[in-house]
Formats: sequence, C-alpha cells, structure tokens
Amino acid sequence: MSDKTLFEKIWSDHEVLTTEDGFTLLYIGRHLAHDGSGHAFGFLEKRGLKVRRPELTFATPDHGVPTTSHKVDDITDPVQKRAVTTLTRNAAKHNVTLFDLGDPRQGIVHVVGPEQGITLPGQTMVCGDSHTSTHGALGALAFGIGASDVFHVLATQTTWQRKPNKMRITVDGERPFGVTAKDIILAIIAHIGANGAARHVVEYAGAAIRALSIEERLTVCNMSIEAGARAGMIAPDDTTFAYVEGRPYAPKGKHWEMALDHWRTLPTEADATFDRDVTLDASTFAPMVTWGTSPEDALPVTGTVPDPANESDPERRRAMQETLDYIGLAPGTKLEDVPVDQVFIGSCTNSRIEDLRAAAEIAKLGKAKVPAMISPGSTAVKLQAEEEGLDEVFRKAGFDWRQSGCSMCVGMNGDLVASGKRCASTSNRNFPGRQGKGARTHLMSPAMAAAAALTGHFTDVRELARKG
Amino acid sequence: MEKFTTLTAVAAPMDRPNIDTDQLLPARFLRRPRDEGFGDVLFIDQRQNDDGTPNPDFVLNQDAYKDARIIVADRNFGGGSSREGAPWALLDYGIRCVVASSFGDIFYNNSLKNGLLPVRLSDDDVKAIRQQLHDKPGATLTVDLDAQTLTAPDGGIHSFDIEPFRKQSLLKGLDDVGMTLEREEDIAAFENGYRERRPWLFADA
Ligand code: SF4
Repeated sequence: MSDKTLFEKIWSDHEVLTTEDGFTLLYIGRHLAHDGSGHAFGFLEKRGLKVRRPELTFATPDHGVPTTSHKVDDITDPVQKRAVTTLTRNAAKHNVTLFDLGDPRQGIVHVVGPEQGITLPGQTMVCGDSHTSTHGALGALAFGIGASDVFHVLATQTTWQRKPNKMRITVDGERPFGVTAKDIILAIIAHIGANGAARHVVEYAGAAIRALSIEERLTVCNMSIEAGARAGMIAPDDTTFAYVEGRPYAPKGKHWEMALDHWRTLPTEADATFDRDVTLDASTFAPMVTWGTSPEDALPVTGTVPDPANESDPERRRAMQETLDYIGLAPGTKLEDVPVDQVFIGSCTNSRIEDLRAAAEIAKLGKAKVPAMISPGSTAVKLQAEEEGLDEVFRKAGFDWRQSGCSMCVGMNGDLVASGKRCASTSNRNFPGRQGKGARTHLMSPAMAAAAALTGHFTDVRELARKG
Repeated sequence: MEKFTTLTAVAAPMDRPNIDTDQLLPARFLRRPRDEGFGDVLFIDQRQNDDGTPNPDFVLNQDAYKDARIIVADRNFGGGSSREGAPWALLDYGIRCVVASSFGDIFYNNSLKNGLLPVRLSDDDVKAIRQQLHDKPGATLTVDLDAQTLTAPDGGIHSFDIEPFRKQSLLKGLDDVGMTLEREEDIAAFENGYRERRPWLFADA
C-alpha cells in the first residue's frame, strides 16, 4: 500500500526497520537541544558513548535564561547557571552547533529552528521538549521526547516508535475579524479535549489553515500537544517554501531544487483516509480565553465561567469545583469582568514578530494598567522588533521589554507569577503551578493579552480595536 | 531499569482528570541531577501546605495510602511536558504502576523506559476501581505484566494492552540503547541511502 498522507510519507522515508511486532526504528533528521538536555548528555557520558551525528543536532539555551540580561554571569540561580554552562560545555565537547547567550541566533528552541532554516519540510525532528510539535507547521514530523530518548537519539540518531494513528482536523471557512491562530487552536482543543488527539498525529487542513501565515501555523501546531497529539503538522505549500528559502541553514543552489522537488510530493493525497476526522468552521470562532487549569477549559471572551452545578457526574462536578477554587473564579462570572494582575507576552506559542506586531497594534491604543512583560521568542525577533520600533511602542504604553527566553511561560528563570495572582498569558499551559506555585494562568492571544493590560481585565479585543 | 513482573500493592485513587506533569513535578526541580532522586518532590505543591506542613487532604498523605505503590487515576494522566522527571518522581517515591483511562503520550513512553508501568483501562473501569478503593481505603491491586492482567479489590480481572516490545524490556529490565547499538549495520545502511536521497540535511550552512 503506498503512502497517501503527509505523515506516512515522512514516516516511511525515515524507517530504518520495523520489528515483527510493529515497532519502528525511526531515523531522526534534526535534533534540537537546550539547557534542559543535561540529563541526556550525562547519560551518554556515563555510558561512554559519543554523539553519532553531531551535525544533525543544534542547541540553544532558553528555559532558564534571564530576560533582564544575557550575560552568563548575571544568572543568579546557581542551578540554572549550571544548566546553561553545561550546555555550552556539552556542545563544545560533542561538536554540536550552539547558539549561545550573546549570539543573535539564540532564542526559544522552537522559535529558533524555523527561523534559522533548521526546521525543514519532510524531515523527522525531535527535541527533549513537548512543544516540538511546533515544527510540524513547516510539514515536518516533529515530536517531543524524554531524556532517555534524547540520549538514545544522541547515541544512535534514531528512536523506537510505534506508528501513531492519523487524525485530520479540518478548519473550513474564513476566520472573522479579531480571531487569531491562538483562538483557532484554543477552539480546537476546547472542542476535542486535552487528550482528544492522544496517540494520534494530527494534520491540520482546510481553507482557514491554508490561509494562515507560517508564523500562525507555528502557533497552531505548537499547541497540538495540549490536545494530547503526538505531533501536529500542516502540508507544505508555496507559503512554506517562500518562508524557508534563503534562511541560514536552508538548502541552497542545487540542493534547494532537489529539496523542493521532494517537498512538492509530500502533501496528503485527495483520496487519503484518516483514523479520525474532525471538522470545524472558522467563521463561528471568536477570541478565546481559558477559565480553568487545562487548555481545554477555553471559551469565547464573551462567555461566562461555567457552573459545576450543571455537571451531572458527581466526580466531574467535584473536579470542576476544585478547578474553580484554584483559579479563584465564581460560577457565572462574565469573563470580561475578570480582573488581571499582570500580563505576559511571550513563549514558543506567541513570541514571533507577527505576534509582537499584533500586540503593539493594541498597545498603541493606551497605557498598561497592570504590569505587562514582553519576552521576544528569539534574539533575532527582538532585534527585528527594535528595528521596527515596536519596543518603543511597548515602552510608551508602559510594557516591560525584555530579552528572549522561555521566561514566564514556565518560570524557571525566576520570571514567576506570585501565588494567587492572575496572569493573562500568551503561553500554552494554564496548569496549576505552571507559572509559579499558586499562580492563576489564563491563555489568550497576544492582542487579547495586550488588551487586558490596557484595561486591567479580560477584554474583547474586537471592541477595543473597533473603538481604536 | 528496574524489572517489572508482578506487583501486589496498596492503590491510591486520584479522581481528577488531567493530572499533568507540572503537578507531578514542578519545573523548579527539573535541573536536579538524576542520582539526587525526585521522590521528595513528587506532587510537592499538593502534598505540602504553603508553610511546608503536610496537607492532610492529599491522598498520598493519608494513613491508608502511605504504602501505596499504585495510583488509579482518571483520563489524561501525565499530559503536558516531556520531563522525564515526572516518572522519576513517581518511581523514586515508590510508585511502580499508574492506572488511567488515557495518558500523555510522552509520559507513557518515558514511564516504560524507566520501569514504571502505565496501564490503560476504560473510563468505566478506572472509575469503578477507584470507587472500590474509596470504599475500602488501603485495598490492594495485583498487576501481572506477563499475563497483562490487573485484579481489582472486588476480584474482578481486567486485561490490558501493552506493546510486546515494551513488555519484554520491562520484564527483563533492559534499556533500548544497548539493543539499538546492535542494529548498527542497519542504521549505517539506512543512513547512507538517506544521505544520498536527502543530501541537503547533511550540508553545512
Ligand atoms: S516557551 Fe514554554 S512551552 Fe515553549 S519551550 Fe519554553 S517552557 Fe516550553
């Protein structure tokens, strides 16, 4: 049977062998490392093994780096400092390409990969980080793995995987004014659930997906993991090729032509079938915010906090009540009335230049009423934004313009949300404790987060933008 | 990796869905060296009150469950990040098996590579088993990996699926890398062909 889907075509192209009971040894075209890769390098050394293909691994520190300074000496937490310097040492020792602190190519690993042309259509890609699903936006098969698997990839350039099932999420129609890629993916997760795509590789299709820019596609694929998907991907097209061409690590000359010939064969055939198909209509979407502690707890900003009393299953009712206790919201509260204590714009979901432009458009309209912080996804994004004068726009509006890194998405660098505080965040996880112990996180788009900064509460960005 | 064959142990019920990896092991502990252990920080923000005293409401702090080596959860256990510290924390605490109706895929894989057995049962089954555990706090379950069965407190026997490949590794306590290195010839042969087909991936910038 010949392969019909984007996913199967890439899978077959990387299959070293498949055992009798259906386990595949899959070759890995690109591996990304970061300051969390220390365990895996440590396992490698403990076993006395070498990196098999150093030219296929690229590294940059992101999780624990400060956003106030990019000097190693300014990292105050000794644990994070050790993680960053260990990455520097491991990269040098194993001959791995590193974009270290101070390098203009440094940034969040999932922003840097596409930006530098390291992420390419048609290849397998892994990283010791669940948001590796991001890279599927370019038509790669990209997924997160744990430290033992990273060690395995370093040592063998392969990973053992059972072939996942195939799921297609088709988003038809045209998205209305004010609806961003973040709203599309939050609407999808709210619809299928936080484990709705478990054990599946998702292909996003349909007119509304095709119409997205590459940066918007990156946002959609980024949160595939929040629906439990093994990976998320979008078939490469002319938008993709135009994005990739000319990037530092993208193929050049004769190789570019060869690559392009191959990439054009990748999209899913018209008669392909999927194990699961879900179809949504983008024209019904609205700007979204989350009200709970799972990304599936997302509603249009015009909605109200749901009432556990309406839940018939007693266990679910209790779970929902616990969620509301943690997040500190009463049932029936209008989301637009929910006040915020602070705002974070950043993370591998929403920190690219288009995100910052969208946030700046809103920031122009007023002054921040609550502390608002912006951490660009990479140093390159930061420099570009500064060239465009966005940093000035933000500063004028009272936003705090920082350096790039994971920052308040996960708080490992000390950019934390205090216990009980409510943060409007463009990141991807509103889990209990994600942004700090007791922190209350509400996910939304960059424009919505900027709007919340200006008003001090969740705000329908469509209203704000219309009023101008 | 520690072998897994059979286990009879106290099981603790956790009713909430979506127990994610940030709850299992908050990010601030991720950079700990593996040999320092993670058992003391499993579920730390739920196990402890703000002042560091134990939270008596948290199930693992209750007397009936102090010897728990199995957790019976709901759907989407271990969703979220790829941190292998999540299964490490469970293992170091003493948990060898988690039963749920679905798991985060990466957590599921990471668990199997470390000797923690994730058992997938239906929504109804996990709910029914949790009910039995609530009715009889401290009741035990028996998990037999070779037979792929779980025996509930009421004597009901539930079969579960597991990849044959993973089952063998767990039963014998083998890790992947050794096995894969024996396939070096296959990898090298594949790599030569791949390099020819997709030369741009190996070209320097
Ligand atoms: S920005 Fe957040 S989600 Fe993305 S890689 Fe960093 S910590 Fe993970």
